[in-house]
Amino acid sequence: MKSNRRITLNRRDVVSNILRDRGDALIVTGLGSTTWDAAAAGDHPNNFYLWGGMGGAAMTALGLARAQPKRRIIVLTGDGEMLMGLGSLATIGAAAPLNLAICVIDNQRYGETGMQETHTGHGVDLAAMAAGAGFAETQTVWSKQGIEGAIPHLYETDGPVFVDVKVNTDRVPMVLPLRDGTAIRGRFREAVLGARAFD
Amino acid sequence: MVTKNKKPVSKWSAQVFKTLKDADIAQVSYVPDAGHADLISTCLADDHLKTTRLTTEEEGVALALGAWLGGERSVLLMQSSGVGNCINMLSVIQETRSPLLMLVTMRGEWGEFNPWQIPMGQGTAKALEDAGVIVYHVDEAGDLTETVYAASQIAFNAYRPAAVLIGQRVVGFKDWRKK
Repeated sequence: MKSNRRITLNRRDVVSNILRDRGDALIVTGLGSTTWDAAAAGDHPNNFYLWGGMGGAAMTALGLARAQPKRRIIVLTGDGEMLMGLGSLATIGAAAPLNLAICVIDNQRYGETGMQETHTGHGVDLAAMAAGAGFAETQTVWSKQGIEGAIPHLYETDGPVFVDVKVNTDRVPMVLPLRDGTAIRGRFREAVLGARAFD
Repeated sequence: MVTKNKKPVSKWSAQVFKTLKDADIAQVSYVPDAGHADLISTCLADDHLKTTRLTTEEEGVALALGAWLGGERSVLLMQSSGVGNCINMLSVIQETRSPLLMLVTMRGEWGEFNPWQIPMGQGTAKALEDAGVIVYHVDEAGDLTETVYAASQIAFNAYRPAAVLIGQRVVGFKDWRKK
């Protein structure tokens, strides 16, 4: 069923809010608008940008979370990307990583392909699906106050945490980060592992 | 009742397990296959390995990338039918030139009874090669350990995806005529 609830949050404001006090958290971004959002908030070696592999952001983060259990891992991805990897919600719920949080920047659209609608504007509730998969903390955020309340969960609450943030479809400037996959992974691994990155 | 052609399944599983440990594998992800049953249960029983049960094989490709980004080596276990589920995610491994070690137990290639297994079984090696994966096919149990070790070295030292296809001759096939 189509939802008519008014959405006011701007995606760039939300993402820069989330990343403002990122500490040493490691960020995995999904193809594609959330990759540009993270770049717009400020490029950082602790960002791993996916420019492909749609549906794989959450699982990339799970592998990372298990390898780096003392670091906080945050996924920033879109609703279309998350819908393509719904099975990974079940996998992550069952694996129950304490240090992993997923934040879906949900504009209810496939933003890179012509703003076609996704299921999330038609009654599909990603946070409810994450709850059904056994995530420890799940919520859907519609307001500025809501996002302020959700940010501590992304960084601190024992996971897995899932936050779906409803954002509007206002046009935002294109900001592109590193594009070369080998450069992205080399820089990220060096940031995480130091000299061991090049073993 | 269906009986299995008795091959020394647990013997090769034990050898492969030891080889994976020798290759410093820290994480194991899998979609179950009868051929991998012994190896999976051995991995689950090991306190030092981090195991992840998947809903579909492409999740394991992304997981392997994340594990390696975080400094850990991993292996992905699946049946040949699962290879088809991985194809687009393999592009991420290729573009980031990252390691990936896959152990694939074969169906649809040797004495197969189920015709539905043939299309993917016959296409497994070609599909992997087209996706940029280095493929090794093992039909003799005696070659398996060495091949898995060699594949692990090329994966993690040369930063490439490598798959070992464990032939149906090694795994054993269901002989449906035997009652």
